[in-house]
Amino acid sequence: MSASLFGIELSYWQVTSLRSLGILAAVLLPAGTFVYLFLFKMVSFMQSRLGPMEAGPFGSMQLLAEVGKFLQKEDIVPERADAKLFKLAPYLVVSTVLLVYLAVPFGPEMTFVSNFDGGIFYVLAVSSISALGVLLAGWSSANKYSLIGGLRAAGQLIAYELPMVLAVIGVVIQAGTLNMQGIVMAQASGSIFGFDGFGNPFFLTQIIAFVIFMIAVQAELGQTPFDMPIAESELVTGYITEYSGLRFLLFFIGEFASAGAFAAVAATLFLGGWAVPAAWADLDSAIFNLLGPLIMLTKMLILGGLIFFIRFTFPRFREDQLQKLAWTVLIPISLANILVTTILKVAF
Amino acid sequence: MSEFYRNYLTVAIFMGIAFGLLAAVLGLGKLIRPVRPQAEKYLSYESGVDPVGDGWAQTPIRYYVFALLFVMFDVEAVFIFPWATRLEAYGWFGAIEMIAFIVLLALGLLYAWRKKVLQWI
Repeated sequence: MSASLFGIELSYWQVTSLRSLGILAAVLLPAGTFVYLFLFKMVSFMQSRLGPMEAGPFGSMQLLAEVGKFLQKEDIVPERADAKLFKLAPYLVVSTVLLVYLAVPFGPEMTFVSNFDGGIFYVLAVSSISALGVLLAGWSSANKYSLIGGLRAAGQLIAYELPMVLAVIGVVIQAGTLNMQGIVMAQASGSIFGFDGFGNPFFLTQIIAFVIFMIAVQAELGQTPFDMPIAESELVTGYITEYSGLRFLLFFIGEFASAGAFAAVAATLFLGGWAVPAAWADLDSAIFNLLGPLIMLTKMLILGGLIFFIRFTFPRFREDQLQKLAWTVLIPISLANILVTTILKVAF
Repeated sequence: MSEFYRNYLTVAIFMGIAFGLLAAVLGLGKLIRPVRPQAEKYLSYESGVDPVGDGWAQTPIRYYVFALLFVMFDVEAVFIFPWATRLEAYGWFGAIEMIAFIVLLALGLLYAWRKKVLQWI
């Protein structure tokens, strides 16, 4: 695989490096949109206030101002902390979140890794690594609040990884492939009881899996009904208590980039990804390399809005309620969902 | 090199570049930010009072049984994924085979439930 740019021949690793830089810049767009639209503006509207208004029109430059502020803050590593691990943790959290975006298709040719057969399995694998970074942050801070926050985050991951994985299996059974591009195509060209006017978006036929997946996403992100790792009224700020300045910002970016990543994955699995129903348009045409990302972003914003709407509406669970919900409600239901999907798939 | 391995090489290159970019941002911060060390700044934060003890407090980790159950079901999921992609070819034989497998594991979960180890005390 080689390509030429402005008449210069580029080798495989040069092309890959350039595309990596491109996707890193592109990932900031949904993450930034999420923060501005939902964290700044939607929550302000829900709480009857204006939110940031000073920086730029309607405060739209607020994020840049924040980054400028964090760049100037002093960097403090507590003397008791394990300095190396303390500094490594934010890297691990942010970079593994970014890895999720690689497998998500944004158009017929708009994929970073082309024809990635392990797609959704890879996504599930890398998305759980960032909890390791959180555990590392909690442990290396040598602070009691941080330690408890980190341990809670790990317990939460253990409980909610399973419902998520089991919910995805329902989709895989219906689509018959692990390839994310294949899952998109299965939804675009599918049909419900012979009617193919709007394909077969899996949130209709896999509604139980969709609900379980979104609950598990909420928990994996540590958003509010499930935010015990941060729990500001009990644990100060949990595992990020000792972090300040730029490293704190990295955790913040990681949180919102992963909200975007999970919204993208859920949009691909359940809402049909970048495609529109195959009955509406020719999906192979090149125009979808341009339209696809826009359709995808719209679907991501819908799901992101849902995530943050729930975040600012519900009160926090207790730690034991959280575990009980996962083990005695979500996992049995998702197992039953797999059984029913299997039988229906073979019967029809 | 086959496409399969090349995909993972691509992922590795991306990971390296992401690490490099983060290091660049942190390096930029290092050039800009002030450094005014004072002993108090480097104390662990414990709500404003002097920290007690060694920092790594001993705390009960309650999820030993949960972790075991997690490993069990995660391995189950690894088995189900390849089967799920080929279900159409296996037909009823594959379906009944996997239903038996899932029901057996669900019995294990039920046993843990009855033994009341699914409670986070």
